[in-house]
Amino acid sequence: MNLLILITSYLRARPLNTLLNVVLLSLGIAMITILLWFNKQMQEKIADTTKGIDLVVGAKGSPLQLILCNVFHVDFPTGNIKLIDADRLAKHRLVKHAIPLALGDSYQNYRIVGTIPAYAELYKAELASGDWWKNEMEVTIGAAVAQHLKLKAGDTFASAHGLSDGGHAHEAHPFVVKGVLKPTHTVLDNLILTQVASIWMVHEHTDEEAPVARPDSTTASVLVPSVMATDSTKEITSLLIKYRNPIAAIQLPRYINSQTNMQAASPSFEAARLFSILGVGIEAMTGFAYVLIFISALSIFIALYNSLKERRYDLAIMRSMGASRAKLVWATQLEGVWLTLWGSMLGIALGHAVLYLFTQWITESQTAGINSMTFYNEELYLLIGSVLLGMVCSLIPSLQAYRTDIHKVLAGN
Amino acid sequence: MITTKSVSYTYPSASEIVFPDLSIPAAGQFLLLGESGSGKTTLLHLLGGLLKLQRGTIDVNGTALSGLNEAQLDRFRGRNYGFIFQRNHLLAVLSVEQNLLMAPYLAGLKQDLNRVDEVLTQLGMADQKKKRIRELSLGQAQRVAIARAVLNKPSVIIADEPTSALDDKNCSRVAALLTSVAEQNRATLIIATHDHRLKDTIKNVIQL
Repeated sequence: MNLLILITSYLRARPLNTLLNVVLLSLGIAMITILLWFNKQMQEKIADTTKGIDLVVGAKGSPLQLILCNVFHVDFPTGNIKLIDADRLAKHRLVKHAIPLALGDSYQNYRIVGTIPAYAELYKAELASGDWWKNEMEVTIGAAVAQHLKLKAGDTFASAHGLSDGGHAHEAHPFVVKGVLKPTHTVLDNLILTQVASIWMVHEHTDEEAPVARPDSTTASVLVPSVMATDSTKEITSLLIKYRNPIAAIQLPRYINSQTNMQAASPSFEAARLFSILGVGIEAMTGFAYVLIFISALSIFIALYNSLKERRYDLAIMRSMGASRAKLVWATQLEGVWLTLWGSMLGIALGHAVLYLFTQWITESQTAGINSMTFYNEELYLLIGSVLLGMVCSLIPSLQAYRTDIHKVLAGN
Repeated sequence: MITTKSVSYTYPSASEIVFPDLSIPAAGQFLLLGESGSGKTTLLHLLGGLLKLQRGTIDVNGTALSGLNEAQLDRFRGRNYGFIFQRNHLLAVLSVEQNLLMAPYLAGLKQDLNRVDEVLTQLGMADQKKKRIRELSLGQAQRVAIARAVLNKPSVIIADEPTSALDDKNCSRVAALLTSVAEQNRATLIIATHDHRLKDTIKNVIQL
């Protein structure tokens, strides 16, 4: 016999009430767990994805769209910019290095990105098999692409125009898979990387005259060395820029936005803006979760308060059998804490179960390295907080237990 | 051995109840008789350390109750007394066995399952061990209360109207059990009652 057996017997004696209290609390805790997880995972993803990219330069339009399209690869491009303009910018004294991106084609919903190897280095990508792309129409594919499309080195495929299904297929220009990347748990896993020139090639019409003058090292474009720096017909989608020094953060965006017909957007700034828009919803849901927790705390308090009244005789008889006041206080506290501890443990489990289902259903998030079983320190604080909540709920009931007057209760029948 | 000297008690806005000096030998069996309101329960609670002594002294086996602080008194009660009340006041959420084990647990003594079996056998309740309190009849429940009271082998068993809720058959049965169990455990038995049916079983009387 011990206090735990006693209090669990009391709780089992009113199963529906106990169930209600535990379920109420666990719903609130589950909501907080889910929101916490989303918040953390989103922040981590954003930080990982935008690392090494100080500024994105593209066609004028929505800055958020520019970032979503060129950094996170979820939205559509704002338009194209001239390679010649991008080239000029890449040589700017405030730019440490610049990475060109050419978008526009996809294969089975996976984007084909015309770029340079430095783009893969941003995400510390390594080869799992095969080789990097070297020539036009050669691609190196992300781990998720390889897994889902069952592609391996040596395979060929025809891309489709546009970034979603149903685009016109470019069958005349099949791509060759040269290599597959190891999983990076970044956006790179979902991309097909190739040369910028491959994208141009797919869209050139065959009747157009193909062989143009090959540039030498002095006349070549900085970003795409295979074309002349003076070639004003070539276009790319965007330019990812790393600043040379902090002054660039002040001067460069202003220069680009006012002096050129391109726009510059900061990934961290736009991500923060997006987050603050979502933040309202998250705050509202967090508020709702706390309301649930408050109601469950109130419900636990009322249950304990009422049952303590019913237990006056039990308390008095226990005192007569040698239980000290402190023991009865402790028993009452334990009952409250036991409820809230179970509620919060169940809530955290429930939260992660929901997240698990979520990550199973949404295959894209699965591939982006999101793990529903990631536990955060804050969840430990939730457990500690729920223990404190249990103690607060049982404060007044335990005072009732403390004040039990053995003589009055036992003589009062 | 219990001795009391010039014990009296005053409830707020009531006249003082003065109790006779008592000397109850170890293993003695006494009835505490008196009209309602004569202070039977008050004296019983004073003797049992359930009510704080106002005046006089009570000495139980060489320990003066007034000399103990509250925590010491709780402990003393748990180890030296067994209580039985009119309404049996078992913990309804627990089984018979769990109710009995509460006695050593709350007194801070070793929980001995053999002792539980022994006491239940003495009271003819061995087969009811796993039953819930709700499943017991009134007479059975009172026997469980007796079992709980004697489980720790207390030196004093105090019973307050233990039979008044029972019919004649159960009354004599409970009274017989109470006296024999007290005898077997060599405990002093004090029963406060206005139930004259008990006079047949216990001859020593303290009249208030």
